[in-house]
Amino acid sequence: MKHIKTLTNKTLKSTMEKGGCGECQTSCQSACKTSCTVGNQTCENKR
Amino acid sequence: MIHQFKNNGYNIVMDVCSGAVHVVDDLTYDVIAFYEENNQKKSETTIEALLDRFPAYSRRELEEALAEVEERKAQGELFAPDEYEDVVWEFKKRKTVVKALCLHIAHDCNLGCRYCFAGEGEYHGDRSMMSYEVGKQALDFLVEHSGNRRNLEVDFFGGEPTMNFDVVKKLVEYGRSLEEPHQKKFRFTLTTNGLLLDDAIMEFANREMANVVLSIDGRKEVNDYMRPAKNGKSTYDLIVPKFQKFARLRNQTNYYVRGTFTRHNLDFSKDVLHLADLGFRQISVEPVVAQPDEPYAIREEDLPQLMEEYDKLAKEMLKREQEGRGFQFFHFMIDLTQGPCVMKRLSGCGSGTEYLAVTPWGDLYPCHQFVGQEEFRLGSVFDGIQAEELRDEFKLCNVYAKEKCRSCFARFYCSGGCAANSYHFHGSILDAYDIGCELQKKRIECAIMIKAALADQEEKENERA
Repeated sequence: MKHIKTLTNKTLKSTMEKGGCGECQTSCQSACKTSCTVGNQTCENKR
Repeated sequence: MIHQFKNNGYNIVMDVCSGAVHVVDDLTYDVIAFYEENNQKKSETTIEALLDRFPAYSRRELEEALAEVEERKAQGELFAPDEYEDVVWEFKKRKTVVKALCLHIAHDCNLGCRYCFAGEGEYHGDRSMMSYEVGKQALDFLVEHSGNRRNLEVDFFGGEPTMNFDVVKKLVEYGRSLEEPHQKKFRFTLTTNGLLLDDAIMEFANREMANVVLSIDGRKEVNDYMRPAKNGKSTYDLIVPKFQKFARLRNQTNYYVRGTFTRHNLDFSKDVLHLADLGFRQISVEPVVAQPDEPYAIREEDLPQLMEEYDKLAKEMLKREQEGRGFQFFHFMIDLTQGPCVMKRLSGCGSGTEYLAVTPWGDLYPCHQFVGQEEFRLGSVFDGIQAEELRDEFKLCNVYAKEKCRSCFARFYCSGGCAANSYHFHGSILDAYDIGCELQKKRIECAIMIKAALADQEEKENERA
């Protein structure tokens, strides 16, 4: 590919299958408390 | 849906619904914008149309770029459709469990912060401390309502929780005793202003707390103006050495120094860098959320300056990273590879369902920011959730329930934003706090630019090697 460099090709769609286990951290328990930030959290699905 | 932006010399294209992120040249940047425009109009993007629109580029260049764009589209990495709405509504209807509690260990504080949403720690009510019995009941409530969820989170919050630290210690001990019999793992966290921090508290926290949040706003004059002690005196000199020691003892991980910036320090990048210069490596500094009549509230007219500040900060962070003295800025952290699943991204913060706040006397509220607003009382740790209708309102809150979020590129990163902010500005949890949204979008762009720049540096280093 000459014109497009891909930083991530992660397709969110694939996370629909195994997603939603809920083991990940609640966003406000980290360091915000007055906003909502989920994009920086890590998936903890070990399945 | 595509979101494109240029930042620090990088042309970035986010394919919003697939989650793919690309860095492209100028030509392709223009071609993608044109393609998206045509998609909106439901018309095809032909080479003739491109030649007509971009006469400065040659046919060969345009053909090449178009071919690449179409290849990515076929791979589901560009112009991917939003196929999540039905799935998310279904997901939201599921039976939820409680997985996180914010325990208001002390409704009292030894600081008099001007911007405190808790009214100097008292949450519009009387000063009070949580008793061990109430806290114990809260942990029992959490275990009982957590279903199969293994990791449980408990934040010791206030007011100032170190003012009631004996109860904190006893509750941690009690929580640990519940782990094995119930197959649970507690992650305790502590949010403190540092005034009462001593070696014993640090030692305990380093043994038991998965994370600690240490409140400080940045430069001495900024911190002391907004975060004075109750007697009006400076707090900076008292807390900085303790926080530095605490961070060192935690090996510079699993903590955040966390500040708030306001209209009084719109040049907040200086505060972030000041904290970095003090040796902190995990930093979170957030915009204040306040009603417009407060003198310190961020106003719409402040946005251009704040955007510049985020850009400045991002560039400086990159520079320091290259010099081997990098640090983490919480709101620029973004996980592009191991990030959360789409359900998590679209279903909101969990307030009112998975995440609840507990008052010193055991009442349950959807989150710490609703505490003290009687109409949001959900029940108590003794009687469970009683206001089921209210709970269900929170339960079904998600990005597709919010008109402003449905078409926003940031919806996969902010999850629809903060329900409390939305309520406090618009009287509904299904709206969004507009100034907060603008800043959030800018932070996402900066975070992605940083990723692009780091990938670029790595590529250059590999070429040299």
